Amino acid sequence: MEKRTDKNSYTIIFAIGMVLVVGSLLAYLASSLKPRISENQRLEKQQNILYAMGINDNDETSAVFISTDKAPEAFASNVKDQLVITVDASGKVVKKQTRDEYFQETKQEPYLIDVKKQQASAKNGGERKLPLFVGENKEGKKVYVAPIYGKGLWDAIWGYVAMDENMVVQGAYFDHKGETPGLGANIKQRYFMDDFYGEHLLTSNGAFKGITVAKGNADPKNNDKTDNEVDAIAGATITGDGVSAMIKKDLKLYKPYFDNLKTQMN
Amino acid sequence: MGLLSKKDAALIKDPLTDNNPITIQVLGICSALAITAELEASIVMSISVLFVMGVGNVVISLMRNIIPSKIRIIAQLIVVATLVIIVDLVLKAFAYELSKTLSVFVGLIITNCIIMGRFEAFALGNGPWRSFLDGIGNALGYAVILIIVGFFRELLGSGTLLGIPVLGDPIEKTGLYSIGYENNGFMLLSPMALIVVGIIIWIQRTRNKDLVED
Repeated sequence: MEKRTDKNSYTIIFAIGMVLVVGSLLAYLASSLKPRISENQRLEKQQNILYAMGINDNDETSAVFISTDKAPEAFASNVKDQLVITVDASGKVVKKQTRDEYFQETKQEPYLIDVKKQQASAKNGGERKLPLFVGENKEGKKVYVAPIYGKGLWDAIWGYVAMDENMVVQGAYFDHKGETPGLGANIKQRYFMDDFYGEHLLTSNGAFKGITVAKGNADPKNNDKTDNEVDAIAGATITGDGVSAMIKKDLKLYKPYFDNLKTQMN
Repeated sequence: MGLLSKKDAALIKDPLTDNNPITIQVLGICSALAITAELEASIVMSISVLFVMGVGNVVISLMRNIIPSKIRIIAQLIVVATLVIIVDLVLKAFAYELSKTLSVFVGLIITNCIIMGRFEAFALGNGPWRSFLDGIGNALGYAVILIIVGFFRELLGSGTLLGIPVLGDPIEKTGLYSIGYENNGFMLLSPMALIVVGIIIWIQRTRNKDLVED
């Protein structure tokens, strides 16, 4: 005898029922948890920017963010301004806004600007908004933090790089969506991120070169800060190349701003 | 084991030795290759799989009489995907830091054939309690191999265990490195995981001839 569950009609009803149950359960959960999740993501952005500026709870070996309850306050007091530089498709600066000017125009905080969307806009020949967070690090030195975004081996990678007015790195934070644990995922480990500290983005004659994550640069302790290279992670070549590429592509756009800053200072 | 009958105890014990999911059933090989470059990642993955296997096997077992056999694989896939996504969402909302660590494992768990394999081979034909034990047993068997492979790959590949240097400093040439020892970078790449798993299979079959197929 045929079993009840083997009938075509049963199979179809079961399939529809299961999809309805599972679909509504997931939709309900996702929408009811969304406010909490986006609040967590907002705080994480603040923590990331503060981390790059050197304001964090790092212990000896691991990277630790400033705690979430302290982050908003620290963000408000350490980030003095959030500039928004708008460039056209060729990278020419169209306008510069302070945080207040930008907020008045868009009702959005500059640190919530989605770098991925801005990249897509520039790719389609549109304008691109470049956020730049100006603040002071623990030693009271003025630093400029810029967000970067790119591709790793499996999925998106992103980060924040803090620079001084000579485009020398003062701190870096990297993160990823789905790099391989133990290999590419190690870009968010201290030993990798700390290597960027003090590294020059410009060559000695002032041209933009970026920083390459290099294999066999014969400088594993990273003593040479002017070679525009840091030591790569074994087994994570593609992720490392992704880090080099996003630094080169995204930070290059900030070069005119720093050139301008220097002429003003002199 | 006074708590469990002899048959039930075998459900936990067998996968640890003579019916190991990785070395005998050849399930879950992909993740055994992918994430064993470091011991810590192996342990996190093992705990995640333990959780999903235990709960998933019970859910499938409870549904075993209503799942139509024609679409049972897709029904199993939906169950495991739903479970994992729910856990991921809840962690993102209430334990964000933890969810950041685990998020990369989510995709790996959904596609892990050890989970589908046990649903199909066991939970569809057995009651919830026995299915739960089977899930836990197989997840532990999986964990044992992952941790052994992770241990050797991290030790020989990076000279560290759980991120702590145990053999000295390779750059300053201290400890073992002072007498000319070098890390084997090849251990960090997937092929070496396969070779380590192969060596485990070899040892296991040498000790127990019953496992050798003609």
